[in-house]
Amino acid sequence: MESEKKNLGRRIIRHMPLYLMMLPGLAYIVINNYMPLAGLQLAFKKFKYSLGIWESPWNGLKNFTYLLRTGDAWIIIRNTLGYNLMFIFLGTLLAIVVAILLDSVQHKRLQQTYQTVILIPYLISYVIVSYIVYALLGESNGMINNSILKALGQQAVPWYSDPKYWPYILTFVQLWKTFGYCSIIYFATIMGIDKSFYEAAVVDGASTWQQITCITLPMLKPVIITLTLLSIGRIFYSDFGLFYQVPMNTGLLYNATNTIDTYVYRGLLETNDVGRASAAGFIQSVLGFLLVLGTNAIVRKVEKEQALF
Amino acid sequence: MNTYDKKFEALANVVLAILCLTCVVPLLLLIMSSLTSEDALMHNGYALFPQKISLDAYHYLWFSRAQILRAYEMTLVATLVGTLSNVTLTTLFAYPLSRKSLPGRNFFSFAVFFTLLFNGGMIPTYLMWVQVFNIKDTFWALIIPNLLMNGFGIIVMRTYFTTSIPNEILEAARIDGAGETRSLLSIVLPLSKPILSTIALLSGLAYWNDWLNGLYYLVKRTDFYTIQNLLNRLIASADFISNNAANSSITAGLTVPSVGVRMAIAVIALIPIMIIYPFLQKGFVKGIVIGSVKG
Repeated sequence: MESEKKNLGRRIIRHMPLYLMMLPGLAYIVINNYMPLAGLQLAFKKFKYSLGIWESPWNGLKNFTYLLRTGDAWIIIRNTLGYNLMFIFLGTLLAIVVAILLDSVQHKRLQQTYQTVILIPYLISYVIVSYIVYALLGESNGMINNSILKALGQQAVPWYSDPKYWPYILTFVQLWKTFGYCSIIYFATIMGIDKSFYEAAVVDGASTWQQITCITLPMLKPVIITLTLLSIGRIFYSDFGLFYQVPMNTGLLYNATNTIDTYVYRGLLETNDVGRASAAGFIQSVLGFLLVLGTNAIVRKVEKEQALF
Repeated sequence: MNTYDKKFEALANVVLAILCLTCVVPLLLLIMSSLTSEDALMHNGYALFPQKISLDAYHYLWFSRAQILRAYEMTLVATLVGTLSNVTLTTLFAYPLSRKSLPGRNFFSFAVFFTLLFNGGMIPTYLMWVQVFNIKDTFWALIIPNLLMNGFGIIVMRTYFTTSIPNEILEAARIDGAGETRSLLSIVLPLSKPILSTIALLSGLAYWNDWLNGLYYLVKRTDFYTIQNLLNRLIASADFISNNAANSSITAGLTVPSVGVRMAIAVIALIPIMIIYPFLQKGFVKGIVIGSVKG
């Protein structure tokens, strides 16, 4: 025992240069990722800027009861979960379809070009995306109202003042921005499938459809599970850029565009309502964490290798 | 050998071509918007083929270039400093984690992985950077919060080191008397160019496109604005003041140019990425594929 301890001490000393290398990164993780965890207590405090996180007085569950009483809680949770479920379902479907289509293209140059082009939206920041959406949907001079609806003899649509259009617009923009990224992940997996499976299937007379459903999709299953698991773990989180920039922070649209992230941001920096916002943030962090643990436990039961941890 | 039906391939080409158009046409619209003359805009709105092309927006930008050039400079500096620091920190953290003999290796790996599962959220993070580290209205606000290093990059790089660098080489170097720093610099790094460039690309893109840090932390020092921050502030103006009165205070102190000019700024912010991207496309694809698979 004694010598083992001594041994460990010696091993630590021998590895000192490695620990020193890790020091800056470790310090960053502690500061950027671990220290804010202590700030979760704010959800139970009445925050005063002058007093800071630690000195502000306790407030019990008041922040949560305020949050629930306003009805905001229902809207932001409904929007966050609803949009995410839609994105996961449609996004996965579209990405798999595109990956299979990409794989079927035999002309290598064309395949390469498609791959390059569908990734372009992923490279554009949401600030610029919101300019593009505005050029399309702007009420008085957007392209859709002026070039398309006018030509069809239709009335101009006031896109930025009616929330009912926004579930479709936001879903479309999100899919547009991410489908290339997701399909490339699936495409890489398809490329890794042993070609002799397909050749054997063709010898046995399998049609294209049968090859897709009996070889490609089963081989994709592990990746589909892993990626869906990761997205379910993030289901309480939304892309702040999508929900804040694309509707241009328009108050009239909040009913359809307010998510936990935009609500927390506005509470902290626009409406100065830190109490309710930190209650919402607390729900997001904690429920999100529990959800990852839960889904992972389920996956571990069903398909052990696909579990994240 | 092609195992799919020819008809299916033809259909695939048609669908993919349409999807590619969907990706590119909106960008063309942005470019054309910046080239539309003000009165064509008044009468016909934005169009892919505007009735009258004009370079007025770009003229205006050229004559009031000080603000734009300054923002461009901030974007460049933040991207360079940020990416270099990110790659350095990530490498220095991932290399020790890849060494099986390191005592406490599992503990540190878990500490990194845990950051991907649980975090304090925006309000605690914001208050910490502002109240504890006084980062508000400093240049470092663009570099440090959130973007400097992330758990995903560390895990990906550690996995690369453990799987792609044979332990025997490191052992041999140690027997020859090379220290850890020496091994890292002259053996590991030259063998790790693919992963280094991947991390650098993803981090560079994140810095170039970032507007959140500026939105959170740059309140008075608008001279630190990157091009994305500038665009972000210009949105909240003109037509939108009527929709959201709270926004009008945001643009105070900035000259708000016409819509065409704002479109031109967006085009200018986009150009470098569009020029560089085709050359780095392979690296991006590799980064996406590596990053998506669990470490």
